[in-house]
Amino acid sequence: MPLLCSICKDKRALLKRPKTGTPVCKDCFYWAFECEIHHTIQTANLFKRGEKVAIGASGGKDSTVLAYVLKTLNERYDYGLNLFLLSIDEGITGYRDDSLETVKRNQQQYDLPLKVLSYQDLYGWSMDAIVKQIGRKNNCTFCGVFRRQALDRGAMSLGVDKIATGHNADDVAETIIMNILRGDIARLQRCTAIITGDDPSGIPRVKPFKYTYEKEIVAYAYFKKLDYFSTECIYAPNAYRGHARAYLKDLEAIRSSTIIDIIHSGEMMSVKEGVKMPVQTKCKKCGYISSNEFCKACVLLEGLNKGLPRLGVGKTSKVNQQLKQVNDSKSCECQNKSTKCCLNNVPKTAPSSCPNRSKNCENGDAKFDSPSVKDNQMDKTTKICLTNSEIL
Amino acid sequence: MALTVILEFLGGAEFLFGHVKHHTVSIEKGENKLNISQLLMWIKENLLQERLELFMQGCTVRPGILVLVNDVDWSLLGELTYEIEENDRITFISTLHGG
Repeated sequence: MPLLCSICKDKRALLKRPKTGTPVCKDCFYWAFECEIHHTIQTANLFKRGEKVAIGASGGKDSTVLAYVLKTLNERYDYGLNLFLLSIDEGITGYRDDSLETVKRNQQQYDLPLKVLSYQDLYGWSMDAIVKQIGRKNNCTFCGVFRRQALDRGAMSLGVDKIATGHNADDVAETIIMNILRGDIARLQRCTAIITGDDPSGIPRVKPFKYTYEKEIVAYAYFKKLDYFSTECIYAPNAYRGHARAYLKDLEAIRSSTIIDIIHSGEMMSVKEGVKMPVQTKCKKCGYISSNEFCKACVLLEGLNKGLPRLGVGKTSKVNQQLKQVNDSKSCECQNKSTKCCLNNVPKTAPSSCPNRSKNCENGDAKFDSPSVKDNQMDKTTKICLTNSEIL
Repeated sequence: MALTVILEFLGGAEFLFGHVKHHTVSIEKGENKLNISQLLMWIKENLLQERLELFMQGCTVRPGILVLVNDVDWSLLGELTYEIEENDRITFISTLHGG
């Protein structure tokens, strides 16, 4: 005896809703799914009539369903929005190039204009090139930071008023857990906001799927036969988020309301009085929103271009130290053509090869001891010239 | 007695099964009934090509993989205890990747 839908009590139930645990039929599922998103949009005032909205589209399940649902609701409830698809090509061979094909198909299927921006064009570095430079750790740091800026720049060039992303309830719950585990109070405060970047200089971002379960997005796409791309990013297995995700899924198996409960906890949490929080200001280099003097994207790029892959990955104090060293070496006026500045032994901005490793550089300036020198123990390489002149 | 079952692996799960989404298999079950728990063991022994931990966790599917039997959520059918019938279509959809 098949179970009947708990809403219409007429048709056969197809899905057990993770949110409520109740069985629903296909049509009631569509209706409930779409209605709840509409309710989220209305209650949080996510959009205004006449706005141009860019949908961050990767070709994956969340953004494909988002594009479909926003288009449907826009027409059904007459939101009066101008919808666009905005896609970022990070330059990950075998992943992004395939998913972009899906976005192009989405453009046809949903009849929405599409713009694609690439890291290569924006930053001069594709993710493949970045990973080659920095290795397989901290890849997501670069990718995520660059993508946020890329989305903003793309949105600005399109002249849009808002960016809509497909972040779902599972994503938000994972992010809350990650920020707790990493002690990132500033992000913890911001990550549950359904509208972010609401300051005058930025383009606001909205998450219409904030309370939508990933399982329902997948089920919706499956039943509606929506076309999406599903492969894990080739650099993802090393991502920290994977741990939070696995933990969350295990918890959900024990207690099905886990995800929505964590979001509730995150929303209700507030920071103690007197806690020093970073002030949001503007990057001195590019003008983008930043909590520090230079925005993360500029710091990361500086690191990539100067051969300092760890720059920007790790503590801010270390970043400042490294940046200072780099800037000091830039101002070195030594004529020494060696790859390292003779003054403080950091890589020069325009390295060229020089075999001279004597105690004095070519124009007679004394070299400082290299960092490997401790006490009176001299590192021979700083003292012996390749022509085997005396140790000084 | 053999049971014909149609297996579908979607949402990225197909990568663990030689990139093939649809498999029609014949499972020897003898006189007894075959439930999903046993089917999973059979899949593990006979079909899974790599990375067991991405498909299964212990005796059940990895959390985050949606299982449907003839398009019906397996949690409405008793999950692992559901008794499979001839020509049933069992779909495994992975939800665990970027969106």
